[in-house]
Amino acid sequence: MSHGHSHADDNHHHGNHYSDMQARVKALETLLTEKGLIDPAAIDRIVETYETKVGPRNGAQVVAKAWSDSHFADWLRRDATAAIASLGFTGRQGEHMRAVFNTPETHNLVVCTLCSCYPWAVLGLPPVWYKAPAYRSRAVIDPRGVLAEFGLTLPQETRIRVWDSTAELRYLVIPERPAGSEDMDEAALADLVSRDAMIGTALAKAPPEATL
Amino acid sequence: MNGPHDLGGQMGFGPIAPEQNEPYFHAEWEKRALGITLSCGAFGAWNIDESRHARENIPPASYLGASYYEIWIRAVDMLLERHGFATAEELRIGHSLEQGRVPKRVLKAEMVDGVLAKGGPCDRPVDTAPLFAVGDHVRTKNFNPTSHTTLPRYARAKTGVVDAVQGSFVFPDDNAHGRGENPQWVYTVVFDSAEIWGEGADPSLTVSIDAWESYLERV
Repeated sequence: MSHGHSHADDNHHHGNHYSDMQARVKALETLLTEKGLIDPAAIDRIVETYETKVGPRNGAQVVAKAWSDSHFADWLRRDATAAIASLGFTGRQGEHMRAVFNTPETHNLVVCTLCSCYPWAVLGLPPVWYKAPAYRSRAVIDPRGVLAEFGLTLPQETRIRVWDSTAELRYLVIPERPAGSEDMDEAALADLVSRDAMIGTALAKAPPEATL
Repeated sequence: MNGPHDLGGQMGFGPIAPEQNEPYFHAEWEKRALGITLSCGAFGAWNIDESRHARENIPPASYLGASYYEIWIRAVDMLLERHGFATAEELRIGHSLEQGRVPKRVLKAEMVDGVLAKGGPCDRPVDTAPLFAVGDHVRTKNFNPTSHTTLPRYARAKTGVVDAVQGSFVFPDDNAHGRGENPQWVYTVVFDSAEIWGEGADPSLTVSIDAWESYLERV
């Protein structure tokens, strides 16, 4: 290892603190505030941003526009970063976007096996399961088993393409537009698009009137 | 490094158990952990690749038992100490004992919107043409570095096809260790599942990774 830091020491010094994360993080925030290294109000602002402004509704707008506007869909295929930025969604963990389109033949599924890379600018903060070992380990080897746990069973002939986000590209799945949604406007269409549909662990929802 | 983070294809972690209507945070400390991690990153003292490598260096038993925000906090502790912003004793007791290093930048509330909106683009120009084109058959490198890499173990020494030339980006294997950004071309390389998983692989499955040029050789 290039740096001479003993991880056994880390455990020795901090083990009891990590057993109580509430206390551990409070102590760290206190220390950093005393040192003038952080501004607690900045933390409030970051949290507020991801609780109220940056979340999967952003991505759903992108999908709804792609369904409604073929020029936008083409732009998304060619230059997703610019097309998404045109709707006002930019920034941290959305700097280099790629949109991948589901088709009747191919279903796309996104994972980060190495860490938790996720398109924050359009989906917000990742859910716990996306960052946890069960999903990260299995998505690349047993995607059908993974999808079944989400209640999604695809036909055997459907090809599955798994995108492991191992670099700085962030992937947004564009699900197929559901049947029966032809007359819906973009706002109504966006309501059919869940976070999971844009990761690839779900399909777009059927329109309310189409559910029998 | 072949650390606990490199999870593709491992088994035994049980069900995924997605939570219905999952809240953004499951505890107050998770909110603070997010903010502390981003605020410390804003010092400009380390880059995202060094952060990732710090997380990979958490001992496997701790890493696999930790939630992701705990992983972040453990890594922030390591980075604060390594870069001289806090001592191990200060981190242990949660109070300042001495004047540590002063960062280039402290993230103030009024800077947050701008910093988040700007993000951290890591595409960089290179003065060479890409070695590979869409459709080329390439084989990934076989190596087991003790340092940072983003070529996962399951995709080493495998033959695939270049699916896209994605542009040129900071090379994490160097950048994580202060050896410079040394940008390279990045390619999306797609593999048949049988090439990766062999016997019993799902024939309807293909898997792609995004690979820096030096991970690849022509077949």
